[in-house]
Amino acid sequence: MLLRIHELMLEARVLEERLITMYKQGDGYFWIGGPGEEAFNIPLGLLVDKGQGVDHDYLHLHYRSSGTLLAMGADRIDSLRQMKNTATDPYSRGRNFAGHASIRKWNVAPISSPIEVQFSIAIGTAMAQRNAKGITIVQGGDAGTAEGDFATALVWASRKGAELPLLMIVTNNKFGISTPYDGQHGEVRISDRGKAFGMKTATIDGNDPEEAWAQLKAAMDYVRTERKPFLMEAMVSRLYGHSSASGANFVTNETDPLTRFEKKLEERGLLTRAKADEMRAKYTARLLEASKKVREEPQPAPESIYDYVFADENYVAETKNGEK
Amino acid sequence: MATMVQAIRMALHVGEERLGVTDIFGEDVGPPLGGVFTATQGLKTTWNSPLDERGIVGMAIGLALAGRCPVAEIQFCDYAFNTIDLLKIAGNTYWSSGGDWNVPMVLMTPVGAGIRGSIYHSHSFDAQATRTPGWKIVMPSTPLDAYGLLLSAIKDPNPVMFLKPKALLRQKGPKGEVIPGEPGDDKALSKLIDAPLGDRTKWKPEWPKLEEYFVPIGKAKIARPGRHVTVLTYGRNVPMSVAAADELAGEGIDAEIIDLRSLHPYDWDAIVQSVKKTNRVLCVNEDTEITNFGEHLIRRLVEELFYELHAPPRLLAGKHLPGIGLADNLEHASVPQKESIKAALRELARHEP
Repeated sequence: MLLRIHELMLEARVLEERLITMYKQGDGYFWIGGPGEEAFNIPLGLLVDKGQGVDHDYLHLHYRSSGTLLAMGADRIDSLRQMKNTATDPYSRGRNFAGHASIRKWNVAPISSPIEVQFSIAIGTAMAQRNAKGITIVQGGDAGTAEGDFATALVWASRKGAELPLLMIVTNNKFGISTPYDGQHGEVRISDRGKAFGMKTATIDGNDPEEAWAQLKAAMDYVRTERKPFLMEAMVSRLYGHSSASGANFVTNETDPLTRFEKKLEERGLLTRAKADEMRAKYTARLLEASKKVREEPQPAPESIYDYVFADENYVAETKNGEK
Repeated sequence: MATMVQAIRMALHVGEERLGVTDIFGEDVGPPLGGVFTATQGLKTTWNSPLDERGIVGMAIGLALAGRCPVAEIQFCDYAFNTIDLLKIAGNTYWSSGGDWNVPMVLMTPVGAGIRGSIYHSHSFDAQATRTPGWKIVMPSTPLDAYGLLLSAIKDPNPVMFLKPKALLRQKGPKGEVIPGEPGDDKALSKLIDAPLGDRTKWKPEWPKLEEYFVPIGKAKIARPGRHVTVLTYGRNVPMSVAAADELAGEGIDAEIIDLRSLHPYDWDAIVQSVKKTNRVLCVNEDTEITNFGEHLIRRLVEELFYELHAPPRLLAGKHLPGIGLADNLEHASVPQKESIKAALRELARHEP
């Protein structure tokens, strides 16, 4: 399992690097993603009860969640399609930024750019699961906890006798865009906010996949069996800045969970440098090929803007091109 | 004949018994109160939420995503303004996910002036609502339409906003408009479904045998036929405009009142048909007049029916003010009244090109 986690962490990293390269080469307008969160997001994706409907887990993720989706088995090329905003992008049909997935067949709600709304929406799927088998998992960053929706989730999830099976996750990278944690928060630990609501809480090292796995497993088991909320804060890194708007260049002053884990595996004799390099080369080549394929795929047609406004089968936009 | 609020309650009852409604919720929506206007008394699936409008809208979205059939309430639309980006999400989820997830939810909220509600119980929401693409927006002016539109809203696979004209909630409809299945005797109906005053812990409603009745979303109706001027309006201003038109009949002015009922999608065919007949248009609503829904209708009329018009189309709307003042004089001066509608109709009818 450790090697499987490593392989997925590596692949997730290479995927984000490919997306950044695509952006820098003009094959996309914007990049935002999760390099630095792999040690947490990969175990999360592997532990999810994947499927559709209330007896499986609902996921309300954020735009740094590519590793989670990759671990769940999402087709890698689809992330590239969204970066290139092609008509074949299954997540948004060329409408949304990279990292904004939507996978209904796996209960993955559409990821949207606001950093907080998923906390208000997650209480709804969790409410629908009070007497079901699945749980709801909602994830956001540390900066998003300043928004009211985070308090909404705390309040609604912890009402006595109406507790929700909700795992609230804050991946704390200690930045809100460019503003450091200390400039935004007075509380020492975000997870402490759950204590006032009687919630089980934990702050964990999200850069260590073994700790992340164990803590996530324990938290998910608790939510699954007790049908009560849990607030987990995972300390993670942000290795390429906030987004392409801040350059998307590798930073050297933060812990790289991938190299740290590789070192650990080497020390234990489970992995060699050569083997890791070989894997990296394999995934890099594979994703390069995929990006070439995506480049040839069609862009969405202008008239497609009117598709999927309403879910009625026969709906025709009233003012389409100024006429009916 | 039922009042509008009784009609809403009966529609919700039919909704939870036969159309799959699973959660009717919001502030004071469940027992003991059953809604500040009594719209949710005696229902099976009601529950009280925290006083958190963003949570209410988010909860409804999440329930809808999870396959439930929620009807959420914002107690007064004045308190929906902090939910606008969640309303945007409800409206854009189907589109932004490329058809992956739809959001079948109903959001009902009382709107408008007329009850001396002062600054935070008199707002209108039609201008905001119609600026939120991805939503269907309906607003009844009679109990029967409230019943039929709410049932259609519940069945709709999209987010539907049901705007309740609060000044009409305790009003009955025009003579002869009966909800299929309601008892003919008002007192009998009240005895069946209105909660008693005082302790109601042991009270249970007895529902009449109601039939399903759907008013299609997107269809207007002629509230009063006429030949000289078309009034495009909805909600509280419909009976007000009809009364104004009836009084003007003696002056030889015959106004046609179109009750839009749906603000989005709206019934452009019905509008065109009426305007081609009367050649004169007045839009009436209570929302503030700058970037008002009536302005959109007038823009489109000017673009598409310019040569049919014999007078400049007019908008009679709420004054562009930060709020509606409490005193009678202030409220009356802020939103259209029967007399101001009459004055506008006279002017339009007598206008010579």
